[in-house]
Amino acid sequence: MQLHADSARCSGCRACQLACSLHLFGENNPKKAALGIIPHFPKPGSFEVTTCTQCGECADVCPADAIHQNERGAYYINSEECTACEACVEVCPEHVIFMHPDHAAPFECDLCGDCVDVCGMRVLWIE
Amino acid sequence: MFGYAGRVLRIDLTRRVTTTEPYDPEIARRFLGGRGFSAYTLYTEVPTGADPLGPDNKVIVSTGPLSGTLVPGAGKTDITTKSPETGGYASASVGGLLCAELKYAGYDAIIVEGISQSPVYLFIDDDLVELRDASHLWGKGSLTVEEQLKTELGEAFQIASVGPAAENLVSYACITHDFGRQAGRGGVGTVLGAKKLKAIAVRGSKSIPIADVETFRTLSRAMFKACMESDAAEVWQKYGTAGVVSWANEIGALPTRNFQSGFFEKCDSLSGEVMRDSIVVSDKACFACPCPCGKYSHTEKHGVFVEGPEYETTALLGANCAIADIEDVAYANYLCDELGLDTISTGNCVAFAIECFEKGIISSADTGGLELSFGDSAAIFKLIGMIAAREGIGELLASGVKHAAEVLGGKAADLAVQVKGMEMSGYESRSAPAMLLSYMTCDVGAHHNRSWAITYDLEVGRDKISADKAAKVIELQHIRPLFDVLGACRLQWVELGLSLEHYAPVLQALTGQDRSWDDLMRISERVWNLTRSYWIRETAGFGRDWDSPPPRTWKEPVATGPTKGSSVSWEDNQRLLDMYYQQRGWDENGIPTPAKLAELELTDIVG
Repeated sequence: MQLHADSARCSGCRACQLACSLHLFGENNPKKAALGIIPHFPKPGSFEVTTCTQCGECADVCPADAIHQNERGAYYINSEECTACEACVEVCPEHVIFMHPDHAAPFECDLCGDCVDVCGMRVLWIE
Repeated sequence: MFGYAGRVLRIDLTRRVTTTEPYDPEIARRFLGGRGFSAYTLYTEVPTGADPLGPDNKVIVSTGPLSGTLVPGAGKTDITTKSPETGGYASASVGGLLCAELKYAGYDAIIVEGISQSPVYLFIDDDLVELRDASHLWGKGSLTVEEQLKTELGEAFQIASVGPAAENLVSYACITHDFGRQAGRGGVGTVLGAKKLKAIAVRGSKSIPIADVETFRTLSRAMFKACMESDAAEVWQKYGTAGVVSWANEIGALPTRNFQSGFFEKCDSLSGEVMRDSIVVSDKACFACPCPCGKYSHTEKHGVFVEGPEYETTALLGANCAIADIEDVAYANYLCDELGLDTISTGNCVAFAIECFEKGIISSADTGGLELSFGDSAAIFKLIGMIAAREGIGELLASGVKHAAEVLGGKAADLAVQVKGMEMSGYESRSAPAMLLSYMTCDVGAHHNRSWAITYDLEVGRDKISADKAAKVIELQHIRPLFDVLGACRLQWVELGLSLEHYAPVLQALTGQDRSWDDLMRISERVWNLTRSYWIRETAGFGRDWDSPPPRTWKEPVATGPTKGSSVSWEDNQRLLDMYYQQRGWDENGIPTPAKLAELELTDIVG
């Protein structure tokens, strides 16, 4: 399973990122979200959505073995085991492992699906 | 304070000093935030009689408690100042993502004071605040500046900018953000141009504190679900406000040829469907909106990208100028966005000039040889450029139609479609008295955003002159601008039917403060009376006369179309005003009574 995105439908509202941060951290902060929204303006006038493909390269590269899979099969970083070396951030082919100054450990999508529920343009789905 | 960033950023451009201060919880209690905070600050901090373009005027950029949170449409920023166009209260709202980023940087509001000696832009990166040299940006268009700053600073920065029209002090210069959203009306951009503040760039990384996270998440999810399940969602998402164009024309409300008529015979080529098919490339949302009305367009004919045209632009720069080609409207829109001109006032001023030209009030000697006629796009594009540059006839038009008519004298005043010095927006209202009353009594001038009462006219009978119409206008004037206080968009309620009952509970979960809907209406009424009091304080002899509708509405019946022959007589518009004042608790001259001010706890401020 992974979170899919049809970028062509995205209108750049960032509700997905808000829902994500509320789930991951209980906080309202799109800078703490595990999916990326990249605007391309003024031309061609589109948004690119980047999501985790669950490729597992982060888990492979982690020197502390701090990256596991949860009950949904999503890779996640155990922040207590993490040494903040950022190898996972660098290796991620989609650049969807994120960091924020408030937290030592990086974070990534855990396939909760809250973003799907608030996407009015039906960009996102889990399959 | 839950729901707030907790700080106000104060910028003294004269001394080049930036400071932060706590957001006063007592102001938040009485005025909540957004437009309420701005109105309070304008009234109490800008001295009586301040020159709008001078150092004593301030520009207040204000988020609301909902701004930046997971509530549908939580992306509205209020920008308030003393208007250089009207001399009274100006408040314009801009969508996009600005207010969210400002709160993430840790500021609920910015108060801009003084005048900079040289062009600067305001750089905000969380706690790092700097006034940076903008000499490399001065003279450039708003869209160009946004692109340039995003390249220089990073895509993560949200940018608001003014264009050459503001630099040249055109009275209705706007502020542009997110490649095509505007704080449009009343010259809010002009004041920044006078202050030599070219742009604001902001990036933030902080969380907005929420009092009850789980309740907030539950209520928020319900709001998103309701929007997404609305019957109106599909059409709204597809066409946005452009979907209103055909409807307005069918009911004879689409301003045509300087409001001579409410019906444009070539409207079919300006419809939302034609627009979507011919120029729209993507849907573009404001912050956290699940039903984006923004339409990002590309016109091959003119080779530009533009957000829009929105309904108002198609009405005022399209039908009102008798331009029938949507690509030409898009290009006129682009010119206004880049030059930094409010499309509504610009379209209105252009149409006024054309009608004056056709009637011989001005001639090609006045226009430098430029022949003006309705529908001549090329001449209209040129005229827009002349207004922004204040060149030739552009100089006359740059202060608005009220001023232009005073200079021209004679019959020109009958052709000026304005209230309080602000050009009327896109609803020809001679067959819609409640809408006309809305325009007469709107607190910034002839703008529809406070009370869009035209559907009520249609519902209860267009010709009726009755107390319930005054009541409806008052009700709308409390509900609609409440959203500007909350810092979120009202269109989810207006267009998708999202119930108003969601708002008090979600605000409570966010802020931890117990307020009912009635409490919120009381705050809105308080702000309304405060801004009324501002006009009274600033404008000698302010009263009933200033609520007069344009002469065209009572002197001339509608020329063509389904409402041909309609007008609202002077007697009728005055009767409506009487009923409105009486229901508002104002005296016969439209002045809030001491009892009303006391009831609204405004006596300590207004006296």
